[in-house]
Amino acid sequence: MARMIEATGVVKRFGETIALDGLEVSAEEGVILAVLGPNGAGKTTFVRCISTLLEPDAGTLRVFGHDVVREPQAVRSSIGLAGQFAAVEAAMTGRENLEMVARLFGQDRASARANSTRLLGQLGLTKDADRLVRTYSGGMRRKLDLGASLVGAPRLLLLDEPTTGLDPGSRIDLWEAIRQLVDQGTNVLLTTQYLDEADRLADEIVIINHGRAVEYGTPAELKQRAGSNVIEVHVRDRGDLAEVAQALTMIGNGEVQVDASTHRVTVAVEGGTEWLNRALLPLEQRAIALDEVALRPPKLDEAFLVLTRRVPEEVRHG
Amino acid sequence: MASAAAAARASLASSTEVIAKRSLLKFLRTPQLLWTSTIQGVMFLVIFRFIFGGAIGTGGLGYVDFVVPGIVTTMLIWQGMSAAISVTEDRAQGLFDRLRSLPIPRGAVLAGRAVANTAMQAWGLLVMTIVSFLVGFRLHNGIANGVLAFALVVVFSFVFVWVFIATGLYAENAQAAQGLALLLVPFTFVSSAYVPAASMPSWLHPVAANQPVTYMIEAVRSLTGGARAEVLLGHPASYFVVRALLWSAVILLVFGPMAVARYRRG
Repeated sequence: MARMIEATGVVKRFGETIALDGLEVSAEEGVILAVLGPNGAGKTTFVRCISTLLEPDAGTLRVFGHDVVREPQAVRSSIGLAGQFAAVEAAMTGRENLEMVARLFGQDRASARANSTRLLGQLGLTKDADRLVRTYSGGMRRKLDLGASLVGAPRLLLLDEPTTGLDPGSRIDLWEAIRQLVDQGTNVLLTTQYLDEADRLADEIVIINHGRAVEYGTPAELKQRAGSNVIEVHVRDRGDLAEVAQALTMIGNGEVQVDASTHRVTVAVEGGTEWLNRALLPLEQRAIALDEVALRPPKLDEAFLVLTRRVPEEVRHG
Repeated sequence: MASAAAAARASLASSTEVIAKRSLLKFLRTPQLLWTSTIQGVMFLVIFRFIFGGAIGTGGLGYVDFVVPGIVTTMLIWQGMSAAISVTEDRAQGLFDRLRSLPIPRGAVLAGRAVANTAMQAWGLLVMTIVSFLVGFRLHNGIANGVLAFALVVVFSFVFVWVFIATGLYAENAQAAQGLALLLVPFTFVSSAYVPAASMPSWLHPVAANQPVTYMIEAVRSLTGGARAEVLLGHPASYFVVRALLWSAVILLVFGPMAVARYRRG
């Protein structure tokens, strides 16, 4: 069976800027794949290439075996795109918006109506279905946009930063909606710069940075790969932060993170409790007052920082 | 196209219709858009009819019969600008991304927009026509020719809408679109719309007399003004109608493919 996504050496340039620099991504059907990366990593460019909005300059990109350049209509028939903006029409009702997209997928009036009604129900928008979208909240618009990307019953749903700009409550709401839809067998590729989002939704994560895939794995694997543990030190006196950071650099694996507002210094380490001693000894010698010390598994955001920083500096400018 | 693309797909006609309907709904449900486009034309009509009307000599054809064809035709350019702005808005709002990711013919999105804007302009034109008769405009060449003139203006409207769609697609944003669209304004003034081209300075006269908008205006004018217009203009209606339609074809063949090419590129 053809793979859901197969990107081989995909390159996309915009003038001097190299957005995708030989990107390699491959994923089986039946997963939620999160494409995770900082701003400017190439996430949106990748989604735009998959959805045939942009043609790669080099490399091959296949969706369910269909080449995005040579068979764009076949690709378009199998995807649903929800871009970074809620692309819904404010002067139309929720129902009209969905019916419009369903009709454009080639559905007749009756099935467009039936599918829209079903989706509005699934998204919890039945009550507001016949109100103009103008009156919807940001969260409702995103939900409706999600509905519009699903009304054509695509095999692959593409979500480009689906919850950017939403308040926490609406984000959780939308995650719930995405989860439910996936239970019904739709494949999903989503981009995000939020680690909790990837952690929460994705079965597999590909981290991209400077247009290249730098890591690939399940959320658990990535956390582990970033170092098996993290030492976190709360310093009593803000003035000691620099000195603590310097001391921990000596023992750490990767860069030390300093959060001045919470007086917190963290560093990834390769082992377990034996490292705690090695970390504390130099601090004790310097007589630095500490409020709290912890050894714990890394959070995904810490894994992310470690993993994206492994990319050599020269890649940044191609 | 690969055989795998045989999955359900909307035809050009049905997807054009769906997209045109969306643009029309937006127009009808945004009262400000509806009112400004309706009133704009009427305002021009009243201003030229009553403020400049007495001062401009137009031979045997009364000024109101002279200027109404000029105003309705040049209004297409003034009002068509909104098409350029709408296109940049649709793009900024992510609508084009969604539509381009759908399995529909590439031309449908722009064709839908063109049909919708032409329909909106036809509405404005209808209102202007009624007001024209109220302020003294009359047909001097029979009702059939009057209807033909109306139809011709709708055709010109469709042609200009494509110019503005292309403008909107090439513009960076709505403000730039408006700026670019304003470059067409000289075509409304350096024409025979409000004063006979013959009254202009000799260096300007050939430009005004031979540019496409003038042919379009004279076509409408000679269809509504009949023999009096022919005396003033020196040619029968068919002379202008043929040239106006040829220009229309040329403009459409230049700007239509330009717009579609830009849209495909994304």
